[in-house]
Amino acid sequence: MENTTELSHVAASTRRSPMREALRHLLRHSSGRAGIIILGLLILIAVFAPVIAPYNPTQILRESRRRTPPCIHLLGCPADEPQHLFGVDGNTRDLFSRVIFGSRLSLQIGIVTMAFAILIGTLIGAISAYAGGWLDNLLMRFMDVLMAFPSLLLAIAIVSILGTGLINALLAIGIVSIPRFARLVRSTVLTVKDLEFVQASRAMGASGMHILFKRILPNAVTPLIVQGTLGIATAILDAAALSFLGLGAEPPRPEWGLMLGEEKNSIFSAPHLVIFPGIAIMLTVLGFNLLGDGMRDTLDPRLTQAGK
Amino acid sequence: MTQFITRRLFLLIPVLLGVVLVTFLIVRLIPGDPCVTMLGERATPAKCEAFLERYGLDDDIFTQFWRYLGNLFKGDLGDSIRFTRPVTTLIAERLPLTMELTLLAMIFSTTVGVLLGVISALKRNTFIDTITMIIANIGVSMPVFWLGLLLAYFFALTLKGTPFALPPSGRFSAGLSPVDLAQFWGLENPTGLKAFIIELMSNTVLVNVIFTGDWKLFWDSLRHLILPALAVGTIPMSIIARMTRSSLLEVVGLDYIRAARAKGMVERRVISKHAMRNALIPIVTIIGIETGSLLSGAVLTETVFNLPGFGTGLVSAILARDYPVVQGFTLIIAIIFVLVNLIVDISYAYLDPRIRLD
Repeated sequence: MENTTELSHVAASTRRSPMREALRHLLRHSSGRAGIIILGLLILIAVFAPVIAPYNPTQILRESRRRTPPCIHLLGCPADEPQHLFGVDGNTRDLFSRVIFGSRLSLQIGIVTMAFAILIGTLIGAISAYAGGWLDNLLMRFMDVLMAFPSLLLAIAIVSILGTGLINALLAIGIVSIPRFARLVRSTVLTVKDLEFVQASRAMGASGMHILFKRILPNAVTPLIVQGTLGIATAILDAAALSFLGLGAEPPRPEWGLMLGEEKNSIFSAPHLVIFPGIAIMLTVLGFNLLGDGMRDTLDPRLTQAGK
Repeated sequence: MTQFITRRLFLLIPVLLGVVLVTFLIVRLIPGDPCVTMLGERATPAKCEAFLERYGLDDDIFTQFWRYLGNLFKGDLGDSIRFTRPVTTLIAERLPLTMELTLLAMIFSTTVGVLLGVISALKRNTFIDTITMIIANIGVSMPVFWLGLLLAYFFALTLKGTPFALPPSGRFSAGLSPVDLAQFWGLENPTGLKAFIIELMSNTVLVNVIFTGDWKLFWDSLRHLILPALAVGTIPMSIIARMTRSSLLEVVGLDYIRAARAKGMVERRVISKHAMRNALIPIVTIIGIETGSLLSGAVLTETVFNLPGFGTGLVSAILARDYPVVQGFTLIIAIIFVLVNLIVDISYAYLDPRIRLD
């Protein structure tokens, strides 16, 4: 009698949703926790950007002088001067508002590029592993060639084909991230596709598509999420780099990399214009890196290697 | 070992061919009329015809590819549209700086990275370990160009007037430039491969100095490269530090290390002779992978420090739609990257005999 109650207890406790279970593990992991806190704040900032930012990010403030250093009333800036927490940029716009609104753009950039890369990568990897033969060979050799270029430089080359601009820069970063996911999905499918549970499904007459999407691909979800999170960090850095070089986002868009590129020559005269957007990029990337590390350690024991 | 190297060299051929194909396609994939895209407003029907004729863009794509391959074997990468000079000349002018920068950054990131990783692993879970790993985590998250700007600010402005001040831009101080080796040797207008190699050697400060003995130039250029190299090397340094730590920790727990300790070996020797040799394998792999980020970082950092290298050349070529230059530069970088990875593969086959047997 006692045994049955214990068993039902166990069953009930394992019935908790896997999402919540994963989150619980992640919160116990120190870098996972730090990542969640940073990204949580970032998402709040992005969502409430219009409330937090005192100015419109592209609004030109006619009464301000160009590149005025930060003026914070609490820290002794005279009350008759307008408050600018991060100072005023080279086009007399409020830098604080621009950095705040930049969070929206960077989150979108990271998530959109990775969603694209994961989608196409999964498709290529799954087709490759499932079809085998010459198609597999062709697709994988193509992935090898893409990986033979340093990724940011390949992205630069692709932008030179597509033309500069934010959308093209994102497409380029998405394309260079595909091989990683294609390889990951391909290796998962290859490991799983001949296991008993897949054969059982096949014996029961399931269609190829059903087996692929319902039986095989779910096994690739965890490593994809982990790699995708780490990939978002890289994508944000690369997008900022392209914008910095003048190949990505165009003015007056509040993109952090672009802000740095526009003001790189005023580093000696107005360092605040360089410091704040850079800190914003660093914290965002740090957040995704920490979360990714935490997820890798807690969710996916197969991938545990503290290197990268 | 020889067999392993030969096989790896053969495997290189399809990848290199693919790389050539991709760079070839860069120009052909541009949407719209290539003439209008490249010449812009100057494009008139007559000029366009001459342009297509000159760059062979009016032939069908297979003929074009064969010609491109053939020219490649002859060492001809075409002419720059802006400067009407061979792309190879531009490469000889700009590549040495980028290679010097990458090399310096690699030396910095490997030595400091491995050192930090070893310290962290040996002092596991102490204050030093925590600090080192926090630095490593922040290091991987910093945009290279931002770090470069901060370093320039600190070393050129904050430390101005102290002996630690470093120049924030340019490759040499005003008035200094490397001696042209062709002139130095009294050669008159060398051509072809010879000219290319001499130009390449002239612009590689370390090589130039060996022949001309101008050490003042060498130290000057080194001082100019320190800040960019620190900026470029920080991300790889952080990754190498993390890799070294985890890889050493994994090895230190193994039985053969316990055996070495049990026979009374000094701890220093246990780590340096026994543990490090095995821990090095993943570290070497990471160094190979990070060469890509070093090359990309060099491209970004040159913009920050106004260095006339490959990266600034590539970016200005893209903005000016000078496609032959974009094509040639991309190809060269990819080939360098592939070759570095080959060296890495060979070196870990040397470190780990099991790899050779596969």
